[in-house]
Amino acid sequence: MEYHNRPIDTTGQQIPEDWFQPIEKDLNKAEEVARPSLSFYKDAWLRLKQNRLAITGLFFLIVLILAAVFAPIFSPYSISEGALRNQNLAPSAAHWFGTDNLGRDVFTRLWHGARVSLFVGVAAALIDFFIGIIYGGVAGYKGGRTDSVMMRIIEVLYGLPHLLVVILLLVVMGPSLFTIIVALTITGWIGMARIVRGQVMQLRNHEYVLASKTLGASTGRIIRKNLLPNTMGPIIVQITLTVPSAIFAEAFLSFLGLGIQAPNASWGSMANDGLSAILSGDWWLLFFPALFISLTMFAFNVLGDGLRDAFDPKLRR
Amino acid sequence: MEKILEIDDLHVHFSTYGGTVQAVRGVNLYLNKGETLAIVGESGSGKSVTSNSIMQLIPSPSGKIVRGSIRFKGKDLVQTSKKEMRAIRGVDISMIFQDPMTALNPTLTVGDQLTEGLKQHSSVSIGKAKEKAIEMLRLVGITNPESRLKQYPHQFSGGMRQRIVIAMALICEPDLLIADEPTTALDVTIQAQIMELFKEIQEKTGVSIILVTHDLGVVARVADRVAVMYGGKIIETGDKDDIFYRPQHPYTIGLLQSVPRLDMKEDILQPIEGTPPDLFAPPQGCPFTARCAHAMQVCANIHPATSYLSDSHQVECWLQDARAKRQPV
Amino acid sequence: MAIYLIRRFVIMIATIFVIATLTFILMHSIPGNPFTTQDRSTSEAVQENLKAHYHLDEPMIVQYGIWLKSLATFDFGPSIKQPTETVNDLLGRGFPISAELGMWTITIALISGITLGVLAALKHNGIIDYIAMTLAVLGISIPNFILATLLIQQLAVNLQLLPAATWSSPMHMIMPIIALATGPTAIIARLTRSSMLEVLTQDYIKTARAKGLSPAKIVIKHALRNALMPVVTILGTLVAAILTGTFVIERIFAIPGMGKYFVESINNRDYPVIMGTTVFYSAFLIFMLFLVDIVYSILDPRIKLHKKGGS
Repeated sequence: MEYHNRPIDTTGQQIPEDWFQPIEKDLNKAEEVARPSLSFYKDAWLRLKQNRLAITGLFFLIVLILAAVFAPIFSPYSISEGALRNQNLAPSAAHWFGTDNLGRDVFTRLWHGARVSLFVGVAAALIDFFIGIIYGGVAGYKGGRTDSVMMRIIEVLYGLPHLLVVILLLVVMGPSLFTIIVALTITGWIGMARIVRGQVMQLRNHEYVLASKTLGASTGRIIRKNLLPNTMGPIIVQITLTVPSAIFAEAFLSFLGLGIQAPNASWGSMANDGLSAILSGDWWLLFFPALFISLTMFAFNVLGDGLRDAFDPKLRR
Repeated sequence: MEKILEIDDLHVHFSTYGGTVQAVRGVNLYLNKGETLAIVGESGSGKSVTSNSIMQLIPSPSGKIVRGSIRFKGKDLVQTSKKEMRAIRGVDISMIFQDPMTALNPTLTVGDQLTEGLKQHSSVSIGKAKEKAIEMLRLVGITNPESRLKQYPHQFSGGMRQRIVIAMALICEPDLLIADEPTTALDVTIQAQIMELFKEIQEKTGVSIILVTHDLGVVARVADRVAVMYGGKIIETGDKDDIFYRPQHPYTIGLLQSVPRLDMKEDILQPIEGTPPDLFAPPQGCPFTARCAHAMQVCANIHPATSYLSDSHQVECWLQDARAKRQPV
Repeated sequence: MAIYLIRRFVIMIATIFVIATLTFILMHSIPGNPFTTQDRSTSEAVQENLKAHYHLDEPMIVQYGIWLKSLATFDFGPSIKQPTETVNDLLGRGFPISAELGMWTITIALISGITLGVLAALKHNGIIDYIAMTLAVLGISIPNFILATLLIQQLAVNLQLLPAATWSSPMHMIMPIIALATGPTAIIARLTRSSMLEVLTQDYIKTARAKGLSPAKIVIKHALRNALMPVVTILGTLVAAILTGTFVIERIFAIPGMGKYFVESINNRDYPVIMGTTVFYSAFLIFMLFLVDIVYSILDPRIKLHKKGGS
């Protein structure tokens, strides 16, 4: 062939002669050339970090929790007692968020309210998580008949109007912090149970595949690196989204008069008290609790969204 | 021979959160009228991106043709307006995608999906469009086409769906058909039938075909010419016989050795060791260096220029250089 | 298909039965009875009479039987606090108003939510997407009762644009509907956006583009219908959310709907009304879920085969 074995024109570059020596190398090393794969959590965290809104939400929540823990300790005012001469004061240097109709400092009460609201939210989410893990875990792990019976039960319960049941329970049990959490978790675990079951089933199938492949030593690594993170993702997201919905439910119940009772305060009960004051122009009584409910729900929602995106295996490359 | 399509120095980049992927890095290609060109390569080699570029179906804004031209019948598609491009798609150039299970809209009838392209591009009556659809279904070998028009995709098997997809692509009688892994999702027996169908259709309609695949068996069956892609570049191109009987690039040779063939003397399959290059940071030199058994230091540093082995056969490999201490296989 | 519907129907009846029994047990586990709590002046004899009138002196099991019978005949008996009215009277008066509020809310939420979601998906990562989704998260984050009060304060008290209470003219309806529809709108917008984004990556969309169809046609004909499937599936849950939302909204705006009676009955411990409305609400919701399933199976041609094979 006429074209064969000519020097290739490399646009006039001078190439050292010894560059044409064959190089001996270990081909297995070629695999190492590929982009270093990030661990699941690291990858998720990198992705989460890029989501400015989610990070803002996370930051807000951390500040909120710290403030809820420490602010009431340093406040000079009491949660339950105020000076009657200080009734309905507008926000000022002494009372940052004003005072209510009993002369109590709204700022102080707001942080007590934060404790209650956050406690309700987190407690409900955690209890949901434990019941869900047990129920969903058993259903998913046992499979077969047990699973289908347990799923039929869930299907029936799923149709129940949750808040209605919660209201009924509170009418019967009487409103208190404890009964609110009980009522919320009695209906709230179903979503979590469904998710856990789905994830457990996936895990089971994976393990089956793995066992049959007898991958030996690397099995544990694969479970730790691939399966567990992938199953934990949706569960973490679900927890993040349960907290705001529990906070909302508490506020809603307080608003119906079925929530936290005076002199204790939650954001919902403060908003309820503030509702009547708004027509007389004392806007701060409603505004601040409403603002904090909304900001907190917002923070949890954007964080939950961010986590969902960060954990989504479809988005990993 | 008349060239219906010419791609010149095509570069396509994708920006992702992890950086820019240089998916296609200087592709030169041409297609003669009425022939079948196979673009072969493993996933991530840039073959699908190349074919999507022809249709201007690169997902924007993440993907972008940064350089080069794609001339179809003399017109540069890269410079064509979106509106003009819509008039070309489906009419002059049609495309078929990998998975027939998902290429059809599950909520619309087959008849509706078959005729909508026709209705879009010409002012045919509903009756005429239906007639044409029936004719096309018959062409691709679907029995009882009249009654099948009213059915939904899920009522067809995978092979049947791919036939429908092909009928859909051909209904406006395009000059160029791009098939992106048209048989990958199908059973082997169905694959053979579909490839036969391609040949048959080409004989009947004279359509030019670009076949994107990683399956050399498919290539051997239908292609006239073959372009082998690796790491976003075409590393070897030639007639079918050039590629199958006189392969020059170690990657092409490796590909051929990794496919089972009836005429193979030793029954040893040799996989190509290693993984494809990272196109976030493509290697300076030949992308295959890391996996190449014949690699030299020059390979890692400078990408080889094209060697013209014959009018049809070209390869980009340092082994072609007279200075190389090892000779091509 | 038929098997699927029958199965869903059985589950529906089971759920209604569970809620009816649950309501009964809960209501009867409260210590005392509605007559002991408030009115001290009522004599023993009158109390006994009242108890007998409401069958509260019968054994539990008999009362349960009476309760199930009243359920089956859809006759919940008289209210305790307003003995001249039956529970059915209250439902008959309140339900149309609540239904009107609910229908408007869901219609407006669907139209605006889907529009926002589609726009956001089409302009993915653009300014519209960013604004729409921030609004949507805000919409989810602001509880409807707070939104309602803010609306009253701004539009009714400060600007005096709209009437603050009751349900007597279209002008009266604007604020309650906005307050109630914002949350569902946000949920629908988010869901539409994410499912639209998913659908837009599907091969059949690529195929449609490869056919040279116009973007409008691709979106309306190919993407939207598939993207709206998930929206249909959450309609049932949304109706439930709107319905519970009406409790507070009706209270804030003094709308004489069913929610108002329900909240009053809770505060008055008016058992027949609580039980009647709870079961009515539940049955309504469960029926909506059932309806949504049917609509879904009509919209998605695959479901007939799929479900038969699946279950």
